[in-house]
Amino acid sequence: MTFPVEVMAEPWTGNVQPLLHEVYHALKRLLESGEVTVIDLRALPLAPGEEAKIEEKLGKGEVHARIDALGPSEIVETGIAGVWLVTHYNAEEEILGRYIEICRIPAILESQDQDIEYGMDDMEALLETR
Amino acid sequence: MANDKSLIEILKNRGVSRRAFLKFCTTTASMMALPPSMVPAIASALEKARRPSVIWLSFQECTGCTESLTRSHTPTIEGLIFDAISLDYHHTLQAASGDAAEHAREEAMKENYGNYLLVVDGSIPLDNPGYSTIAGISNLDMLKETAKGAAAIVSVGSCAAFGGLPHANPNPTGAASVSDIITDKPIINVPGCPPIPVVITGVFLHYLTLGTIPELDELGRPKAFFGQNIHDRCYRRPFYERGQFAETFDDEGAKAGWCLYKLGCKGPVTYNACATVKWNQGTSFPIESGHGCLGCSEPNFWDMGGFYRALSEPILDVHRAAGIAAAVGAGAGLAVGVVNQMKKKRAQSKHETVTVDDFKEEA
Amino acid sequence: MTSAEFLLWVRGPGLQIATVIFAFGIILRFFEIFMMGRKKNLSAKRASGTGAGFRTVATRFLPADSETMRRSIFTIVAGYIFHIGLFVTLFLFVPHIQLFDALTGISWPGLPTPVVDFFAVISIIALLALMWQRLTKPVLRLLSTGHDHLVWTLTFLPLLTGYLAYHHLFIPYTWMLAFHILSVELLMILFPFTKLMHAFTLFVSRWYTGSMAGEKGVKV
Repeated sequence: MTFPVEVMAEPWTGNVQPLLHEVYHALKRLLESGEVTVIDLRALPLAPGEEAKIEEKLGKGEVHARIDALGPSEIVETGIAGVWLVTHYNAEEEILGRYIEICRIPAILESQDQDIEYGMDDMEALLETR
Repeated sequence: MANDKSLIEILKNRGVSRRAFLKFCTTTASMMALPPSMVPAIASALEKARRPSVIWLSFQECTGCTESLTRSHTPTIEGLIFDAISLDYHHTLQAASGDAAEHAREEAMKENYGNYLLVVDGSIPLDNPGYSTIAGISNLDMLKETAKGAAAIVSVGSCAAFGGLPHANPNPTGAASVSDIITDKPIINVPGCPPIPVVITGVFLHYLTLGTIPELDELGRPKAFFGQNIHDRCYRRPFYERGQFAETFDDEGAKAGWCLYKLGCKGPVTYNACATVKWNQGTSFPIESGHGCLGCSEPNFWDMGGFYRALSEPILDVHRAAGIAAAVGAGAGLAVGVVNQMKKKRAQSKHETVTVDDFKEEA
Repeated sequence: MTSAEFLLWVRGPGLQIATVIFAFGIILRFFEIFMMGRKKNLSAKRASGTGAGFRTVATRFLPADSETMRRSIFTIVAGYIFHIGLFVTLFLFVPHIQLFDALTGISWPGLPTPVVDFFAVISIIALLALMWQRLTKPVLRLLSTGHDHLVWTLTFLPLLTGYLAYHHLFIPYTWMLAFHILSVELLMILFPFTKLMHAFTLFVSRWYTGSMAGEKGVKV
């Protein structure tokens, strides 16, 4: 038994262009005042395929970082310098969040002060027992 | 017991770095439908948060709500939330039972009086307290007693929020919701059969981080998750608009993903996050899998006329009543008709004929 | 009462009450009318009136003679728009067809929803136009009674609330849908006791008018 497959018109929200404009203006603000902008992709209604289109338009850049903290996180600089794509996964590789960050470097990549403090504690123990 | 250690210290002891904590706060903001700019506020609130004591009471329920929340075995956000709270009593999950368990509950209540969060799933039978008891204590008594020192109550699942399945016609146990019984404490209703796990934890998180009750709608449900109805966010909406409906579950329309209105979808009157947040970490939701929405986060959804009867169809059978009414109408009509005919006959017999001469005489 | 409880009531007991009164009322009125009987026609029939009767039921759906059209063009056009619009919204909208299917077991194909939406809008405009005429033309104003305004309101409310509900305007959908159903129930309860009965009696009265003309030898 065969079932004819109908190719249906793709659903379309019209949010791709405005989003890209927002990214452009955020870049401008970044250069002028150093202001960082974070856009939560989950908060916008996007039809299936539109998120991929945004990624395609931004392209791939020079930096690819991976974090392992409570599950993996992928940080990628897109083809546009200053525009980063941050994806957080949990330990089961399910997506928890996707963000476009317009900044010099996403905050999550920086080493945190508190972690440095704990690291110093660890180093002290290391140095004592040598 | 509720810990004096702050959440951040607990995480450090677990080997969770501050970077991981930041990741947690970022995804939390997303889950609570808050903008990324709120992440610092959430982080600082969570840092200082002491683990609140939580007492979870399960009454007339199927345990689906607890299952929904605790399904995953590997660390997930939900799992972390559970660790972030001090779950002092949950008789399905805890190891102790009987007197030891009840003693633990009473201790937790005393120690944290006025500050603990009371979570309830399952409805409360009002007819005969014997229908549902724990350690010999009726649900009604346990609820009333435990609610006294609670800071707030979260009714998880449609049973606790609205009465749920036990409340369905004819309600043999006299099942009531938490808000039917407790009227002097803030109650957050998190309905659903079961509720989406992320919605449950989102509500806990809100209380944890901001220390307040989220904004609630007229039915006491958090607007962040229950503010939109399924129909308005359904991806099959264009088919509804065009008038393309599936007639059966396996016809061409169903295969093409057409609207399920005719197959009983209650999406238009159901307020929940299923169409956007979805289930199983955003995998799918009933309509996407081809079945109409049951309306499980609405009161009395079991009695809405049937899961497979469209919203425009009546709930009760009108045929018999209409038939009787028509028969009565016929009888009444006959009677009235007979009376009218008698009136006509009487008028005809009383009819006096006049001639022109009669008029001339009068003049 | 919450919106969910209200909706359950109008879809349940409310509809039962309305259907009972509606069924009772229609049957009652028909018995009353038919039992009054007609005066025996003592003149000799020139032709059979039966065919003429049925033909008249159909022909009276068409526009009237040119003189009547000239004098009452506004009422006639607005009347047609309203009645056709009401027919389309009531009988060719898929959710309504579902309702009739549940009540009678019969169903038929519907029109695409945007088409029905268009007919609902013109129907509402036509009703408003007719009310405007009734209030501004001196003779009509003089003749109008509370009864006329009542049946206009009973007919207008379901159309308006249905349109508002479908487009999710003003108040939450659940409330609007419940009000829509309630407005229909109100219409059903009062229907048999107002001139709205013309929806049923027109078939009877047109038949008799045609039959009388046919028996007199008029070519119908």
